[in-house]
Amino acid sequence: MRDFDYIRPATIPDAVAAAAQPGSAYLAGGTNLLDLMKGGITSPERIVDITRLPELDRVEELPEGGLRIGALVRNADLAHDPSFAKAYPAVAEALLSGASAQLRNAATVGGNLLQRTRCSYFYDTASPCNRREPGSGCSALHGENRLHAVLGWSEACIATHPSDFCVPLVALDAVVEIEGKDGRRHVTLEEFHRLPGQTPQRETVLEPGDLIVAVRLPAEAASFAANARYLKVRERTSYAFAVVSAAAALTVEGGRIRAARLALGGVAAKPWRARAAEALLIGAPAEEASFLRAADAALAEATPSGDNAFKIELARRIVVRALTSALAGTPALMPALPASPFSNIPGARHDA
Amino acid sequence: MTNTTISVHLDINGRHHDLALEPRVTLLDALRDRLGLTGTKKGCDHGQCGACTVHVDGERVLACLTLAAQVEGRAVTTIEGLAREGETHPVQAAFLEQDAFQCGYCTPGQIMSAVACIREGHAGSDEEIREYMAGNLCRCGAYPHIVSAVRQAAQEAAS
Repeated sequence: MRDFDYIRPATIPDAVAAAAQPGSAYLAGGTNLLDLMKGGITSPERIVDITRLPELDRVEELPEGGLRIGALVRNADLAHDPSFAKAYPAVAEALLSGASAQLRNAATVGGNLLQRTRCSYFYDTASPCNRREPGSGCSALHGENRLHAVLGWSEACIATHPSDFCVPLVALDAVVEIEGKDGRRHVTLEEFHRLPGQTPQRETVLEPGDLIVAVRLPAEAASFAANARYLKVRERTSYAFAVVSAAAALTVEGGRIRAARLALGGVAAKPWRARAAEALLIGAPAEEASFLRAADAALAEATPSGDNAFKIELARRIVVRALTSALAGTPALMPALPASPFSNIPGARHDA
Repeated sequence: MTNTTISVHLDINGRHHDLALEPRVTLLDALRDRLGLTGTKKGCDHGQCGACTVHVDGERVLACLTLAAQVEGRAVTTIEGLAREGETHPVQAAFLEQDAFQCGYCTPGQIMSAVACIREGHAGSDEEIREYMAGNLCRCGAYPHIVSAVRQAAQEAAS
């Protein structure tokens, strides 16, 4: 790892000023950044350690309804908060399906949004990669690409965003609260991550110095608590990134779907909100035929970016499975294997 | 780049150390190379194997993905800090009784993770133990005995 200056600012304005200088990077949990620095994928000259900044580790109810989750709240603390898991069960399930207990104890809310793709060519500095080195080419396009994107990709980059947490968040209309040089602004999570286009190196809307200070869930997000699931297909039982995942949330009245939310993970360079599928679900009978139509709509624009056509059919099936699970009702107990499609039997824990 | 070293105050197993470190030094390297605490193992050094699991303020984290400077002022416990007055920790004893290792390289990380897993209340069933110990890999494949050891230690802690 290249050495760097280490700064531990005491206030948010000090942090933003320090990080606005070229070559700077924020450090929170460090679970992705330090790994990237060891491999030389990124080599910041200045590390701005924000872990001691005040007030960013709080979860607060908003006066107008909804929740404000501080950027430094750790994944484990949020997932195991019983009132959070009760109100936003699919978010808790997604958090617990990600990484390992050790990593969830370090990884933060803000850092989760900003984690980088796990495309192996991005990590291999000997390989061309437009995301790491703009203009150098995409090695994945004609390489090992069975786990790569099937939605929203470009010839410049076919990498996926690896987050589980972001998938139910984007389905629930989460908003990112950002502090920058010109003050504070709010950006929806749906707009926060960018598709690659011709500039895959620009992964989010953040400008130099911008600091995520919180993620907000609007009041309506908790209205899905009774019928919300996150399901994730992995290549091993646990401790693996999603091949494909889906967050599904419904409200049902008299056998008809009154409101529906659907998002996919592992399929694109951003958490993928399936709005066309949601539109089909609203007002439809709460039954498998509706879910099949929704799955077709969610994947209507999908195309293989390589040896990964199977992911399109897999995504359709996981959408149907997630909607079916959501309709059956949020489990009273968090499954012992969170988000596993092979373990719908509730486990021993009452909260998370 | 201006400074080459920073002064870092570490609290490891209740003992205090003042070190001059390059900012890039991880907690794992500080433990092993500067303090001679080689019980914490370097497996992958990329946060994938769990061999470097330690406790920071009582919670399990990976020392390879933590800068030493980040834990300044926080209480770090390593495998060397588990035994009390020469008595093995109950989880260490359970690993011995259940023969929960072969080569032993992953064992310190497994034990540190198991202590936390039990304390968190995530050792209620074999399925739950396997899930909450998933961040600790064992290339010898001693998993069935590791699960037995965690189950035994959890039952002892509950009784």
